[in-house]
Amino acid sequence: MKIRGAATLFSLMAAIVLFAGQAMAEPITIEWWHAMRGARGETLDKMVKAFNDSQQQYKVVAVNKGDYGEVVNAGVAAYRAKKHPHILQAFEVGTMTMMRSGAIYPVYKLMADEGYKIDWSGYLQAVLSYYVDEKDNLLSMPFNSSTAVMYYNVDLFKKAGLEMPSKTTPLTWDQMDEITKKLVAAGAKKGMVTTWQSWIQVENYSAIHDIPFATKANGYEGLDTEMAINNPKVIKHLERLKSWMADNRFSYEGREYQGANSTFVAGDAAILMESVSGIGNVQKNAKFAWDIAPLPVEADMKQPQNSIIGGASLWVMQGHAKEEYKGVAAFLNFLAQPDMQKLWHKETGYFPITLKAYEELKQEGFFDKIPYQEVGIKQLNRTKPTKNSRGIRLGYFVQIRNILDEEMELIWNGKKTPAQAIADATARSNEKLREFEKTNK
Amino acid sequence: MIKRSHFSSKGLAYLLITPQVLVTLAFFYWPAVQGLVQSLMLSDPFGLKSQFVWFENFQRIFTDPLYLKSIGITLFFSLMTAFISLAVGLFLGSMANRALRAKALLRTLLIWPYAVAPAISGILWLFLLHPSYGVVAYFLREVVGMNWNPVLNGNDALFLVIIASAWKQISYNFVFFMAGLQAIPHSLVEAAAIDGAGPLRRFWVITFPLLSPTIFFLTVMNIIYAFFETFGVIHTVTQGGPGGATNTLVYKVYQDGFIGLNMGASAAQSLVLMALIITITVLQFRYVEKKVQYTM
Repeated sequence: MKIRGAATLFSLMAAIVLFAGQAMAEPITIEWWHAMRGARGETLDKMVKAFNDSQQQYKVVAVNKGDYGEVVNAGVAAYRAKKHPHILQAFEVGTMTMMRSGAIYPVYKLMADEGYKIDWSGYLQAVLSYYVDEKDNLLSMPFNSSTAVMYYNVDLFKKAGLEMPSKTTPLTWDQMDEITKKLVAAGAKKGMVTTWQSWIQVENYSAIHDIPFATKANGYEGLDTEMAINNPKVIKHLERLKSWMADNRFSYEGREYQGANSTFVAGDAAILMESVSGIGNVQKNAKFAWDIAPLPVEADMKQPQNSIIGGASLWVMQGHAKEEYKGVAAFLNFLAQPDMQKLWHKETGYFPITLKAYEELKQEGFFDKIPYQEVGIKQLNRTKPTKNSRGIRLGYFVQIRNILDEEMELIWNGKKTPAQAIADATARSNEKLREFEKTNK
Repeated sequence: MIKRSHFSSKGLAYLLITPQVLVTLAFFYWPAVQGLVQSLMLSDPFGLKSQFVWFENFQRIFTDPLYLKSIGITLFFSLMTAFISLAVGLFLGSMANRALRAKALLRTLLIWPYAVAPAISGILWLFLLHPSYGVVAYFLREVVGMNWNPVLNGNDALFLVIIASAWKQISYNFVFFMAGLQAIPHSLVEAAAIDGAGPLRRFWVITFPLLSPTIFFLTVMNIIYAFFETFGVIHTVTQGGPGGATNTLVYKVYQDGFIGLNMGASAAQSLVLMALIITITVLQFRYVEKKVQYTM
């Protein structure tokens, strides 16, 4: 009896060990929360599936948690409850919040710890530089990156007897002055419209002309940064747009992108300034010939700087097990492979993040078939990024953009002069910056 | 007089109210206390760094001229929304009550919009009235020749969000007014009619006073609705623009807290919002309720 008891115990233990062994063979789950929906979400799922099929050790589970703001919020709430994912996608304006949070595992460190020797110089520098720290170490993995370009209605340009703009040499704003005049005279309802006014008409305008958006290298070199937009160039640019409103050469169609985008697609506006990630929408909905050119520059800017990116990056979060981080590193490495990057670019329009993927796309002749897809990449890569053009690193940047939106709207509806609005926006934003500085001291 | 119920032992009574008390504590008092604590702190969103700053967050919002302006906008917005939805709801309720045929169908159709979420209602109105793609906006511009542009013009934007918010609440009010109207004895109205009172006079002298409990209740509910739940409409239609013209308090709380992740400022604003709504409700109960006739 005693022996039988022992035997039972033994077999039970064996069963437990066996069971545990089986559990060990189960792949380690890696959670990724993201904001990609619709077609982008489908491409993302393809990439995740490719990774899961490529090996048995890890299984990436990608979950859509809503839009950009909602994803960051979900991450914040989950982190407080210690139920956060391994990878969190955060939009570019949330970069400062994420990097200062203390809740992240910097990507350069993760990759080094896990033994990946990555040659970061093989990445698109204008993309990478948005997400590096003051020592040029990469904090988060760039994922979906875009930039702003100029879409134009070829039919309306032809009707106005205009030459088609070059895909590499930007128009000057003086030429734009003439072009919009002719367009409106030839019957275009509106000359030019813009999406994301702060991003395109102030942030990118400043970067392209190599003027600071904020002091301390746009905030990269210290929390004691202040807004630098109160300068004659920005004010003059806004004054010009405001003056164009009088004869419909410029029209304000609302925040974000929907209004401006639909105005252009409806054929009511001849020129649209919008992110390259809007290509899909224009492709699908525009019933006329259209094309893309770089953003215009001032005539005195002989060597325009690169434009800056928008989009989001992947942050690895603290507080998971070592063997799980191995999987995270493997996955991030997998995503950066040329095949994945090419797929991502072809299906979404977002930039490939490595030069290798870009070169392969060129060799495949992808850009010969669809030349407008390359305009944004070229604009981003035309120079080496400077301190003014590599990106913007501000605390409470979301609220600062909101302040800019508000003040710019007061310009457009004539309640404030551009000089007044920019002065007010500067003062209000500086207050936010001080508040952020105090919180993060 | 309300009849008092008696329990043989106090224990059972306490036991019976425990779930309710627990729910209230967990879902109301606990978050409220958290909000209070947060409003006195400067903290990063992940909760790893916080410091106690006394009333700095409050000081900051009350020295911000735009915040004070936002209080004004909120009051105007809420009063207009409540007034329009009450007036239209009452009008439709009285008309539907007098309808001779298809009463049930009419009622169903009029209650329908209440099933629409505020954000969807905002989008619906936006599709009608957006200057770039709105059908009605096109009509206003091309046929009427009106310079309608809520994207640029603050008053137009405010009008648009008021209409979208009120429209949704009309159905809610309609249901209550219908019920209230049906509770009014026909004999009273008929007696007045025999005495020679016209429909308008009958409405003002008999129906309206007898409806006053319903009207009072709905006023309180509508103002609370306009303060808190219209966030979805504003978010989809104007995002607080143009130039802050439709930036109501609750939308600012969302902007600063959920999008901007500025917890302290957002918590301080929600406390101010709470104080404001409590004040308004207390005032209503003290001064307006006196005019309400609860018994016939």
